[in-house]
Amino acid sequence: MGYIIKGEKHDWELVIGLEVHAQVISKAKLFSGSSTDFGGGPNTQVSFIDAGMPGMLPVLNGHAVEQAVKTGLGLKAKINRRSVFARKNYFYADMPQGYQISQYDQPIVGEGTLVLDMPDGSTREIGIERLHLEQDAGKSIHDLHPHKSYIDLNRSGIPLMEIVSKPDIRTPEEVGIYLKKLRSILRYLGTCDGNMEEGSMRCDANVSVRPVGSTELRTRCEIKNVNSVRFVMQAIEYEARRQVDCYESGGTVDQETRLYDSHKGETRSMRSKEFAHDYRYFPDPDLLPIEFDEAFVARLRDALPELPDDKLTRFIKDFGLTAYDAGVLVAEKESAVYFEEVAKGRDPKLAANWVITNLFGVLNKRGIEIGDSPVSAKDLGRLIELISDNTISSRMAKEVFEAMVETGKAPDAIVEERGMKQITDTGAIDAAVDKIIAENADKVAQYKSGKVQMLGWFVGQVMKATQGKANPAMCSDALKKKLDA
Amino acid sequence: MTQLTSFTIAEAREKLAKKEFTALELTDAHLAAMERAKDLNAFITMTGDLARERARESDKRLAAGHGGALEGIPLGIKDLFCTEGVLTTAASHILDGFKPRYESTVSQKLRDAGSVMLGKLNLDEFAMGSANITSYYGPVKNPWKAKGRNVELVPGGSSGGSASSVAAHLVMGATGTDTGGSIRQPAAFCGIVGVKPTYGRCSRWGVVAFASSLDQAGPMTRTVRDAAIMLRAMSGYDPKDSTSAQLEVPDFEAALAKGVKGLRIGIPKEYRPAGLSPELAALWDKGVEWLKAAGATPVEISLPHTKSALPTYYIVAPAEASSNLARYDGVRFGLRVEGKSLDDMYAKTRAAGFGAEVRRRIMIGTYVLSAGYYDAYYLKAQKVRALINQDFTDAFEKVDAILTPTAPTPAFGIGEKSDDPIAMYLNDVFTVPASLAGIPGASVPAGLSADGLPLGLQVLTRRWDEETLFRVCQVLEDAAQFPLLPAV
Repeated sequence: MGYIIKGEKHDWELVIGLEVHAQVISKAKLFSGSSTDFGGGPNTQVSFIDAGMPGMLPVLNGHAVEQAVKTGLGLKAKINRRSVFARKNYFYADMPQGYQISQYDQPIVGEGTLVLDMPDGSTREIGIERLHLEQDAGKSIHDLHPHKSYIDLNRSGIPLMEIVSKPDIRTPEEVGIYLKKLRSILRYLGTCDGNMEEGSMRCDANVSVRPVGSTELRTRCEIKNVNSVRFVMQAIEYEARRQVDCYESGGTVDQETRLYDSHKGETRSMRSKEFAHDYRYFPDPDLLPIEFDEAFVARLRDALPELPDDKLTRFIKDFGLTAYDAGVLVAEKESAVYFEEVAKGRDPKLAANWVITNLFGVLNKRGIEIGDSPVSAKDLGRLIELISDNTISSRMAKEVFEAMVETGKAPDAIVEERGMKQITDTGAIDAAVDKIIAENADKVAQYKSGKVQMLGWFVGQVMKATQGKANPAMCSDALKKKLDA
Repeated sequence: MTQLTSFTIAEAREKLAKKEFTALELTDAHLAAMERAKDLNAFITMTGDLARERARESDKRLAAGHGGALEGIPLGIKDLFCTEGVLTTAASHILDGFKPRYESTVSQKLRDAGSVMLGKLNLDEFAMGSANITSYYGPVKNPWKAKGRNVELVPGGSSGGSASSVAAHLVMGATGTDTGGSIRQPAAFCGIVGVKPTYGRCSRWGVVAFASSLDQAGPMTRTVRDAAIMLRAMSGYDPKDSTSAQLEVPDFEAALAKGVKGLRIGIPKEYRPAGLSPELAALWDKGVEWLKAAGATPVEISLPHTKSALPTYYIVAPAEASSNLARYDGVRFGLRVEGKSLDDMYAKTRAAGFGAEVRRRIMIGTYVLSAGYYDAYYLKAQKVRALINQDFTDAFEKVDAILTPTAPTPAFGIGEKSDDPIAMYLNDVFTVPASLAGIPGASVPAGLSADGLPLGLQVLTRRWDEETLFRVCQVLEDAAQFPLLPAV
């Protein structure tokens, strides 16, 4: 691993635990029927329940429960067949009830595991402490008026899963891999879209440091609500250094909540322990405990999609891919599906190479998702067939692919239009070979005298004579046959 | 017109069907009585115009022959129920000007049954009180007076406006809510019938919450039959309230004639504390005799955790209230007192908006839930609550119903006990256990004290067994021949 912070007195290591708030994919809110669509006009998706009006009561959205259980299963976690909603009491203008309905000592999902795939091909297991369901708050808007705040309650009551890791993470790099892996699993499961920019996945990091070799857990700081993987990593790096400096200069670290300022690249104190809320959690008397039987869990388990870890193993085993290639392909469910369609009945390694190198290259350059790919999996698969059956050469294939990207046409049409068909007719190749041999008696003599590397020159000449359409392997074979005769 | 207010709901139902008078006439008679009895301060809002409009609609339905179960019956609605377009205050300054855009499930069901709402009834602020003296809109008076003393008496609480208006014939029935005795104790103080059904029988949706695990709506009427009629209309599963029960609603009225022959009636020895007035003890004994005479068998039982019920209640209820009342923050509705910051606005609004008793309970509730005290108070209270529940479960293995006094004393003077919260809380000593257990309970007026004030007896039965509750209440009512106040 080796993310060591060098101090004057010690070498220090990081201890990191992550709390991820993942917005549950659900049409309705956790306790009301209001829409959860992103981007609606302010306060257009607010029921009396979401607005905390007198006498209003929450009614649990059963779909959100299924989503939480699915996520728990995807994290190989313990599913608690009885869990309890609790009220977390504190005042804030965009939290209309004066409490957040969350889960406290009896969450819906218990301990689980997330496997990190490290760049060197090794894996690391990070413990999941728990997953619980809770409702989101609204949004305060402070910049629309010089001395008033506006409140948008569209988010109020949106279902969230809070996924808490154990303090098993040791480096900022692992944080990045953890978040990407978690996002990948959530997207495979269809339980969260993982969009950090729109706020449907948010991350708080609990960070502490300790001398290398020690097993103690020192005072941690919580860094709140950082909205990209890169910023989370930067915030942790800054925070770790800050804590090391505190200890090394003889100071202590106070337990507090800190905010990351991405412009200045630093964290700063938001709320110290003395001002920490006493949330006065207690079971919400408006809601019954969530209870379900094993059959409910089994039904969800049976309907789970193949998850990235299993897909990775299968890609390596069935397709003979490298761990790296397989990892790249399974990271996004859509990429994996695309790849499998390209590879089906064709050369899987060639397919992987084309998807990763050529297709992803184009997607990255254009900044688009695979769902918007200009080349369909069917067409890319056909291109690979054309390579495999020697209709076109690899070099020609690159040209055809470029044309496919530009025009969206099928590869056969492009090959046809441009007359790019590879010459595999032995008669035509033999004729060209004979002509070249006849015209270059000196080169033939050199070859025959032992300069066998001349073969490459002859192949080049034949290709030139056929405007590059001859199959290079066939040219080479024909030349060897004649020259060695 | 005056005597139109003297009928029971059952009688008026008959006479409306026979067209002896119209719903509008019945409503007008009650509106007139309300005007005359303004001094009782039973109403926070009178909705005369709306009532007359609805009465006319009732008359149309009656004429067409498809009246509902309560068609044309004038009712009062405790001002804890949200009513669409009609000021809803919970008797608190903090809900100033709040007109909900929705109707509570219970008041909607009563509307659907054809009843006519005459107005919103006064109560203790947020239903917190046992004397109806904590209302921002002033205390409610009990229409009863002690013989030879011209002292204004409390109607009990928190459903004081409901009890007072029913007893004084201003309405034929009223909704109440009962969290620790708020239907039963004022019913006893005002000489009427009050029924707290099983927790979950009536939807809590649209009722301003006090303590969610205890709050339950119920009817307050002058007769047991009327309560049975009204409760049936109020009850039923509501998908909008997760704690409401998915059960068929029985025809409670049909149970009334079944009598108590063969029933075993539990007499809990713990409900005879040293301070119980001899009059009440005597009345209780009389109640046992009446039931025995009707064929029931009295059985002495023990409810060993009774003495812990009141302290348990005064942890659980304020804890839930402290959280339920957090939404009154000046941000979206009701009163707002501007401040220098958000926190300052909260503090000023809530200090101005809540009365002393509500503030006291928010403080208690906040304390018992706070870090370091939760286990010692709230968690322990929940454990004791389970034991109290077990007491009843065990008792109902042996008996079918339990008979106790409703309150330890008759109504007292306005101003008495108001500086002693503990003395005030003791009013609920007999009613609170059933609230904690979620079982149904009713108070039936059973006699008068030496100075002529109503005394009530309380009947408790098993969860969801309101039919037995009504059977016992009917026998008590028949035997007691309680002298209801006359219509004036």
